[in-house]
This record gives sequence, C-alpha cells and structure tokens, in this order.
Amino acid sequence: MTTKNSLTQKSMPLYPAKTKIQVTIIFFIVLGIYTFSMIKTQEDMVGGFGGALGNMYTVIEKFFPPNFAILSAIWDSMMQTIQMAIIATTIAAILTVPLAVLSAQNITTFKPLYYVTRTFLNLLRTIPDLVLAVIFVGLFGVGVFPGILALTVFSLGILAKLISETIESVDMNPLEAMRASGGNVFQVIWYSLVPQVAPQFTSLVLYVFEINIRASVVLGMVGAGGIGLVLNQQLKFYNYPNAMTIIIVIFATVLIIEFISNKLREALL
Amino acid sequence: MIEFKNVGLVYPNGTEGLKNINVTINEGEFVVIVGLSGAGKSTFIRSINRLVTPTSGSLLVDNEDILKYKGKNLRKLRTKVGMIFQNYNLVKRTNVFKNVLAGRLGHTGTLRSIFNLYSKEDKALAYNNLNRVNIAEKLYNRADELSGGQQQRVSIARVLTQKPKYILADEPVASLDPPTSHQVMTYLKKINKEDNITTIVNLHFIDMAMEYADRIIGMRAGEVVFDGPVSEVTEKTFEEIYGRSIREDDLRGGAQE
Repeated sequence: MTTKNSLTQKSMPLYPAKTKIQVTIIFFIVLGIYTFSMIKTQEDMVGGFGGALGNMYTVIEKFFPPNFAILSAIWDSMMQTIQMAIIATTIAAILTVPLAVLSAQNITTFKPLYYVTRTFLNLLRTIPDLVLAVIFVGLFGVGVFPGILALTVFSLGILAKLISETIESVDMNPLEAMRASGGNVFQVIWYSLVPQVAPQFTSLVLYVFEINIRASVVLGMVGAGGIGLVLNQQLKFYNYPNAMTIIIVIFATVLIIEFISNKLREALL
Repeated sequence: MIEFKNVGLVYPNGTEGLKNINVTINEGEFVVIVGLSGAGKSTFIRSINRLVTPTSGSLLVDNEDILKYKGKNLRKLRTKVGMIFQNYNLVKRTNVFKNVLAGRLGHTGTLRSIFNLYSKEDKALAYNNLNRVNIAEKLYNRADELSGGQQQRVSIARVLTQKPKYILADEPVASLDPPTSHQVMTYLKKINKEDNITTIVNLHFIDMAMEYADRIIGMRAGEVVFDGPVSEVTEKTFEEIYGRSIREDDLRGGAQE
C-alpha cells in the first residue's frame, strides 16, 4: 500500500530509468567522437585557412574571364554526358525492379533470398563511383562505355535500396485481397503493388538521374568520357578560362535538369 | 459444403487461434459468426481460403481437404471462395473498373492480366456486377475518391466478378455507419438468395446478426460455443457467447424500415 502511494505522489517519469541511462550513454559517446575528430582535424588544418584567403585572388584571376569561344566545341561533350546519364539511369531503372522486390521484406517472405539480395545491394553501394569508373576504364579503355557501366552499377545500388524501402511501406491490404481472389505472385505484384509504388518509383528515378548527371562529370575526369574528360584536359593544360566556361556550362545544365525533374516530380506526387 | 473436422490452429507465437472446431456449413446458407474481438472469428473465416493455415484436423471444401493445398490448387480454391474485408482492400490509385476486374485474376493468365486483355464477357460481367450494387456510374473513378460504403460495394462487385461458390466477409461493416452497414448487409443477403452463394459473415453486432443470419455460430476463445438457427437465438444466447451482459455498443442500430 505504501509503495503504491509513494509512486503516485512522485512525478512519474516519462521513460523507464534504463532507457534514460542508455540514451544518455549513447549521447556522450557521440559527443566524444565529435570532440575527438574536431581536435584531430584542427591540428592538421592550422595554418591552412590563412593561406587560402591569399590564394583565392590568384585563383579567381586565372579563371576569369571565361573563354566563351569554345562553347560550340564543348557542346558535343556535354550532350555525351547527358546521354551517358540517360542510358545509365534507364538500365538501372529496369534492373532495379526485380532487385527491389527481392530485397523488400514484405514481398520476399523467403528469408534466404531476401538476405542474399540485400547483402548484394549493400556490397554494390559500398563501392564508390570513382572506383567503379577506374575499374571499368581499366577494363574497357577510355571512353563513354565504361562511364555508362560505372554509372549504371552506382545508381542501381541507390535506386534499388530506395525503392525496396518504398515497397516495404505500402498498404498490404490490397495485396491480401488479390491473393484471396486467386491471383498468382506476378498478378498480385502487378495489380496491387505496382500502382502503389509507381509515382514514387518515377520520382526516385528522376532523382537518381540528377545524381547521375553530376556523377558523370566527375567520372569523366578519370577517363570515362563526356564533359568531365574535357574539363580534366583543360585543367591539366592550365587553360583556366576554358575550364571556367566548362564549369559554367555544367552548372547551367545541372540547374535546368533539376528544375525540369522537380516540376515533373511535383506533378506526379 | 464446408466441413471443419477437429480443426485447431496454433500461431507461431503460441496463441491458440482455433480449438477443436467441428462445424458443417451447407450449400446456400447465410451464416453469421459472432463473438468478441480475439474470439477467433477472423481465424475461422480465413482458414477457409487459407489466408491462415490450421495446424491440426482437416478442413473439407466440397469434400476435398484444403489444408494440404499449395500453389495452383490453392489459387483454384481461392477463385472459388471469394472474400470481402473490413477495410475494403481496394487498390486506391486504380479505377473502380480495374479493381472489379481484378476479381477475374484467378481465371486469367498472367500475361493476359498484365496487359489488360480481358475478354468481352469478363468486362460485361464486371460492369453488370457494378450495376447490381448500384455503383456503375463510378466506373472510371479512382477507388480513393469513393466513400467507405461505396468502396465496400465495389469490393462486393469484385468478389461477384470472381463467380465464387462461397463468399467470406470479415467484419464487412465494422468501418461503416449504421445506414450504410445495413445497405451492405442487404446486398450480401440479396446475392446469397439470388445466386445461391453460401455466405459466411463475421459480425460483432448482435442486432445485425439477428436480422440477416439464417444461422448463427458463436465463438469464444477459439471455440465454437453456440451453433444454431437464428430462431433459437435469444439475448441469453448472446450473453453466453460473449460471457457478459449485452451492452449498447454490441448493437449497430439504425435498422431499415
């Protein structure tokens, strides 16, 4: 009786004591990691900032004014970059469908298959796009093809992960209804899963397309074709006005594509 | 005919869903299963189309034990046994017509259904069934544009399009208001009489069970505690099934004149 009274008189904690202690410990561990890395990096960075400000002026002076005379010459490379991104995104979007379904826990109830696909996708995502490009350029030589392969593998990892998570969040009730009316696995997926994920699927594909445009620029620098290749050459020849023009063109293209795909996504969701 | 013979079901977590059920449901009957939530009504009904699988005994549908069914046999059983759900379970972003045609999935090949190549007869059947539940004018509306009662009527049309021999309805009116509830039950009863489709409905509203059932099966804690024609049922019977006195919220009310 007395214990019951004391419990109601004391203000009841919102969380049990154990949870509180756990969360506090985790908080201090994270804080510790931050402090540690801050101290470590500061040691290396001291002196870095002062010089940077002085260098800024010389760098800017070299890059300006941009040489717009080369616009027509770089147009083809820019188009090549966009095409690489389009092809890679398309292939990845197709390949992602079976992978995303197989790595969604609510659809693939056969556990071993789910774990195998999930592990495969995790492995794909751990390889940085630059490493992929270096590998494929080594295999197939300098050009657009290795770039497309690198982008495809890179975006497949992201896309399959995002879409499998979308699949895992769908309403399972219609799927049950389709199963109850005698539909087989493919019919259940096509009739009740596809309509539910189609808008998000399209939106995510557009998002990955944007990422691919930016990534293909970087990949060009290791020899995987497109505008990045040209940019790299100009930088190596210290031809900064030309490089500046290329950078401006890339910037404009990325902005335009982002604008278009944002508008499309808004219309879809 | 559906026969439960010593059917038991233990869920993987150890909960006993059904305990030694022995029930026979005859052709053309309109059976209402009553009981509190958690009494095993849903488990009972979902055993018949194997959305759940009993772990002991045998369950005969048209003299065949369905508990061993897999793959093709199972899908064939499910085309014969249609189901209506509490949450309608329509595909919300898809239009009404396609939702109803989904009832033909079990009868249609995979490729044909993926490319929407339904026969003229199938389409006519779907349209007629929408007409039967008075919702044909919403043919091309998206399912999420309809009210709850309208969605449930579409799901009745879907189940009819399946041309089932049995209809299972799992709490079909629990998410609806009283007048709409009566409308949905009236359609179910009408279909049962006109098409001679054996219908099994889960309900927890006493007045509705009394109004529409031919026969009432009462369940408590996974067991059948009452089974008899509606004429033998009194308020006392329900008190026995529920294991407590009858309350206001056990009644739906709003009976149609």
